[in-house]
Amino acid sequence: MNLIKKKSLKQLLWIGIGAIVMFFAGLTSAYIVRKAEGNWLEFILPDWFLYSTVTIVFSSILLIVARSYINQEKSIVRLVLTTLILGILFSYFQFRGWQELIIQGVFLTGIGSNVAGSFLYVITLSHLVHLLGGLIALLVTLINAIRGKYTSNNYLGFELASNYWHFLGLLWVYLFFFLKFF
Amino acid sequence: MSDHHKETFITKYIFSMDHKMIAKQFLITGMLMAVLGMLMSAVFRVQLANPGESSILYHLLPGTWVNEMGALNPDKYLALVTMHGTILVFWVLTAGLSGTFANFLIPLQIGARDMASGFLNMLSYWFFFIATVVLISSIYVQGGPASGGWTIYPPLSALPQAIPGSGTGMTLWLVSITLFVVGSLLGGLNYIVTILNLRTKGMSMKRLPLTVWALLVTAILGVLSFPVLLSCGLLLIFDRSFGTSFYLSDIIVGGEMLHNMGGSPVLFEHLFWFLGHPEVYIILLPALGIISEVISVNARKPIFGYKAMVVSILVIGFLSFIVWGHHMFMTGMNPFLGSVFTFTTLLIAIPSAVKVFNYLATLWRANIRFTPAMLFAIAGVSAFITGGLTGLILGDSALDINVHDTYFVVGHFHIVMGLSAIYGMLAGVYHWFPKMYGKMMNKNLGYLHFWTTFICAYGVFFPMHFLGLAGLPRRYYTNTAFPMFDGLSDINDIITFFALAGAVAQTIFLFNFFYSIFKGTKASKNPWKSNSLEWTTPIERIHGNWPGELPTVHRWAYDYSKPGAEEDYILQTEPLKEREIEH
Repeated sequence: MNLIKKKSLKQLLWIGIGAIVMFFAGLTSAYIVRKAEGNWLEFILPDWFLYSTVTIVFSSILLIVARSYINQEKSIVRLVLTTLILGILFSYFQFRGWQELIIQGVFLTGIGSNVAGSFLYVITLSHLVHLLGGLIALLVTLINAIRGKYTSNNYLGFELASNYWHFLGLLWVYLFFFLKFF
Repeated sequence: MSDHHKETFITKYIFSMDHKMIAKQFLITGMLMAVLGMLMSAVFRVQLANPGESSILYHLLPGTWVNEMGALNPDKYLALVTMHGTILVFWVLTAGLSGTFANFLIPLQIGARDMASGFLNMLSYWFFFIATVVLISSIYVQGGPASGGWTIYPPLSALPQAIPGSGTGMTLWLVSITLFVVGSLLGGLNYIVTILNLRTKGMSMKRLPLTVWALLVTAILGVLSFPVLLSCGLLLIFDRSFGTSFYLSDIIVGGEMLHNMGGSPVLFEHLFWFLGHPEVYIILLPALGIISEVISVNARKPIFGYKAMVVSILVIGFLSFIVWGHHMFMTGMNPFLGSVFTFTTLLIAIPSAVKVFNYLATLWRANIRFTPAMLFAIAGVSAFITGGLTGLILGDSALDINVHDTYFVVGHFHIVMGLSAIYGMLAGVYHWFPKMYGKMMNKNLGYLHFWTTFICAYGVFFPMHFLGLAGLPRRYYTNTAFPMFDGLSDINDIITFFALAGAVAQTIFLFNFFYSIFKGTKASKNPWKSNSLEWTTPIERIHGNWPGELPTVHRWAYDYSKPGAEEDYILQTEPLKEREIEH
């Protein structure tokens, strides 16, 4: 694959990420505007979301390590596999977080629900849907890594997947602090 | 080496990855939708001129839309208005305009074989196509299509039981627009990446034709604003289908209190117009880009103030993100905030005026060739001025409140973005038709089409300002119930007359277009004696655009009537002569 094609694909991802950022900017700014109008339920964010934050940050670090492994021509299979498992763990923690919320009496919808809870569910759910794409990308990367497709001068697929994964991690860290402190 | 390869019927005409074919697919789909949208406007204009009477046009409608007396049902009038707006704004002037010309012109004018990703490009069209099918099918569901206006404000759009169109029709509208947004995002990503990476040797950003600049900024606006429409729509879908209260509060339906508490429809408006205003420029900028090119070619003069044009496109793009509040002066907005939005809105007048001034300066003392494309381009500038002037009134919160939601607003936006964008699009079609189909369109039919369209369009939209100043609200089924508006019925008759005549005039164009594809005279390689790269490609369409090496660019696209040159145009591929100074 020639250089320009590589550069274009990377840019394609970055601009796509820009679009996703705007999507979440829309949701979080709606949250701010709506909160300022009052009638807002205050509740404690379940600890599960903190665990998931730690998990996803850790998984991102593994991918950075994997990047240097590629340069040294070492196998990245284990690292990518661990990242994938951590990604699934992250999703599990999100589900546990929602369970906890329901126990607390914070619902997405229905009688007794408050828009504060609805926002929390919609924002976390939207993030998880985007993360699903990340998991698929990691799975493809894993298969290619097992087949030994990545070399120190040809690892575009890995780079795209890991860029997207780092973005998802960063996005979640932002959303976590936003939901926790705002 | 070209990328041309053997093509079957299916890979050539249906699942094509050639940007030129995809452009034609967008164009034809856009034209079909334009006809549909125009027929809808003809139907509701007939209702406005003859309220509550039957008409032969109503036979076009599904049977349940007309009552026993043969008159149009009021809720279906709203459906027609809504669908007309949706189709024209999104299908014709977004996909039909930038889908067509971004696809067609970007690779050809920057000297690329194709888009960065032909596959994504194909996907972009097919998402658009499925969106089209869903939208059209929504016309035939029970309750009819969405009827709450193209801006789909809640609660009409959020409560399925609100009005007949709020049920299945509204759901399909949301499905359709989601597909549409996905399609235009895929397209937009591709356009940006292509322009940034695939420019041929020598084609620096400073030598790009203004069409490409305009299409680049359009794509950026789309990529940044359409996702916000998605998040806005997502919350709406949750409200509609899952009973959340983002936009709903304290609503009583049929004497029964709904459980929704604390939602805010104004929140919807903020999110919607954050897309909605950049959308205006997504529509307008490609048209202005086309107009720049067509005016420069046919004035045989370099475009005046190239750099100022580029800067004003960028400034317009930036400002379009911080003016959305001017659609919401009536929402109980804090007056101070209103004055901020007034200020940012009026700022847009500066880059717009720069553009208009540059067009006029390009025409000044030029050796103008009045081709049909040129006439449409000049008419586009003219409409931009006429509509822009009323924009100053509407952009000012103190003045806007008096004419809010009246026909004044309808007249304003139809002229400033409807007409100038449609004129730009028609100019583009007349200008690049020889490149698209290798044939020339009939010139005299083009003139006939131009003058009838021009006169009818002003006949329709200009009187609307008087209706609006008299206080006539938009979107009303009829105004016979209000004695204060009785004196205005003649104006309504005149508008309807021109609307129908204008609709008939478009058949001239349709005939010319399809007749010329098959029977038009053969075009030469560069019929307009134009500088830009697309005119150096062979007349026969090949996938890959240039048969041999990609062309190398040595100058900008606007070397017309350059002193010392033999001809009044110099192709961009022509190397600079000794001691020749680049523009």
